[in-house]
Amino acid sequence: MTPSLLYAMAGAVLCGIGLFGLLRLSHLLRKLLAFNIMGSGVFLIMVGLPQHHVGPDPVPQALVLTGIVVAIAATALAVVLIRRYYHQSGMASLEGEADSREGGPL
Amino acid sequence: MTLWLMAGLLFTPLAWAVLTLLTDFVWGRRVTWVGILVQVFVSLGLWLTVAQNGGFYYDLGGWGAPLGIELRVDGLAVTFVLLTAAVASACGLHAGVYIDRHKSWHRYFWPLFWFLWSGLNAVWLGGDLFNLYVGLELISLSAVGLVALGGNANALRASIRYLLAALLGSLAYLLGVALIYGQFGTLSIAGVVLWLDSHSASAGPGLALALMVTGLALKTALFPLHRWLPPAHGIAKSPVSALLSALVVKASFYIAARLWLAFGESLGNQAAAQAVGFMGSAAVIWGSWLACKQVQLKQVVAYSSVAQIGYLFLLFPLTYSVSDSISLQAQQGITLQVISHALAKAAMFLAAGNLILSVGSSRVDALAGVSRFLPFSLFSFGLAGVSLMSLPPSGGFAAKWLLLQASLGSGQWWWALVLLAGGLLSAAYLFRIYRASFAEIPETDQFFHPSKSLEVIPMVLALMALGLGFVSEQVLSVMALPFAEEGAP
Repeated sequence: MTPSLLYAMAGAVLCGIGLFGLLRLSHLLRKLLAFNIMGSGVFLIMVGLPQHHVGPDPVPQALVLTGIVVAIAATALAVVLIRRYYHQSGMASLEGEADSREGGPL
Repeated sequence: MTLWLMAGLLFTPLAWAVLTLLTDFVWGRRVTWVGILVQVFVSLGLWLTVAQNGGFYYDLGGWGAPLGIELRVDGLAVTFVLLTAAVASACGLHAGVYIDRHKSWHRYFWPLFWFLWSGLNAVWLGGDLFNLYVGLELISLSAVGLVALGGNANALRASIRYLLAALLGSLAYLLGVALIYGQFGTLSIAGVVLWLDSHSASAGPGLALALMVTGLALKTALFPLHRWLPPAHGIAKSPVSALLSALVVKASFYIAARLWLAFGESLGNQAAAQAVGFMGSAAVIWGSWLACKQVQLKQVVAYSSVAQIGYLFLLFPLTYSVSDSISLQAQQGITLQVISHALAKAAMFLAAGNLILSVGSSRVDALAGVSRFLPFSLFSFGLAGVSLMSLPPSGGFAAKWLLLQASLGSGQWWWALVLLAGGLLSAAYLFRIYRASFAEIPETDQFFHPSKSLEVIPMVLALMALGLGFVSEQVLSVMALPFAEEGAP
């Protein structure tokens, strides 16, 4: 067990938490946060899993950097869409009633 | 020569995306015409080059793997590049007339359209797992933007649902990529195959393959993960629906198929292959059944996409542990199915857009009498339907014929039943639309006539889908071309 493997395991836990949130929460902003948590988990696994004797592997770090850019772009797009949707429909969740119980106005 | 072709293919869409971001709708349309011309020429040139000299690996900017981007230019990839050029230019030309130029936010159609095109090219040519991820995300984000172009609350709801599904699918795929890299220390598909050939497989990469295929199946809207597709494809503007159904869902399937054909034999197992096949069959039956019950015209076409996507996943059982000739037959059948569905479904969505524009309502029963006023568009819709129902001589028929042979040849007769049932059900939902449009109701003769160019474009696509059956030999022979230099990476 090395410290980097510990990162990978923490990443797996974060993935689980994020997945649960993405599937079970109804408020759209919470879903988006859950997506970001899950994304961080994947990035942690990506840098933590490759094990080398000579020190950290630079390739996954470059990949994660790109991955973060993609995740930011996706998050920005989602925030714009959610905000617009809230202004047009008054709802902050996809399913149902206006201003869902846990959500309310932003 | 090749350098210029590759540069043109990859650089033009990105440059045009930035250019059109600066213009209004009308100027964006003019700039796009030039770009479409360039793309069509470059795609044709690349296809001819590969048809003559065989495929090759191409290091972008001279930087090799792992940090550089390595592109895999083979027969299958250039076939899809050419297909993209055909379908996307048709949709772009149609959209220039169809989309209302007076709404200020519609000018964003052009940059999104070009970003989508560049992402598609990146996916067809991608040779390593991470760049495929970046291409996929580029496609998803621009496709979501295109759906949201409708602007009202329903379009936004559909696009948010689409975005969440697409992001979850991408993360599952990326998690699989992380596991693959952790295990093998390489991201190149060819590199992983080399490693697998020389070592015995363990459990870890099997999980990675399962994660990646699941994520991609979610993005391809395989039953039972298809719920996001009909609202998004149904509510988007017709040229956008055509792009999404014809090309966007195919991109994620293409990656899943490439992964399965490369890793499936060593990492997959019979149960998983059969399970994917059964989900595809369920999609064919359930999607067609729901298509029969929709009241909105575009929802019928969207559920028909769910059904047609189901056929594609028969690739998994038909290529696992069968003889090479049957596997090749199945691969050829699936490729033809991808191409013919792309052409036919794009034609169908564009024609459906014309019909809706003409009668002013999106309901199936509002089509009454349209056969007298818009026979040309209805005829395009019908021709595209011939390919979807897989009647001879269409490309759909050639595809189903190859799949039928592969399923009987490998002793998996149950897939043949699915092919037959799917064909009958697709006839059922298509004839429902014809019946509605040939009904005569005396008091309706208020029809809007769309311009001629709107009517011609779907006809051209439908004729291409129909004609594919005649040229399938040639298409398949380019697809099967070997690499010029063996085992480059």
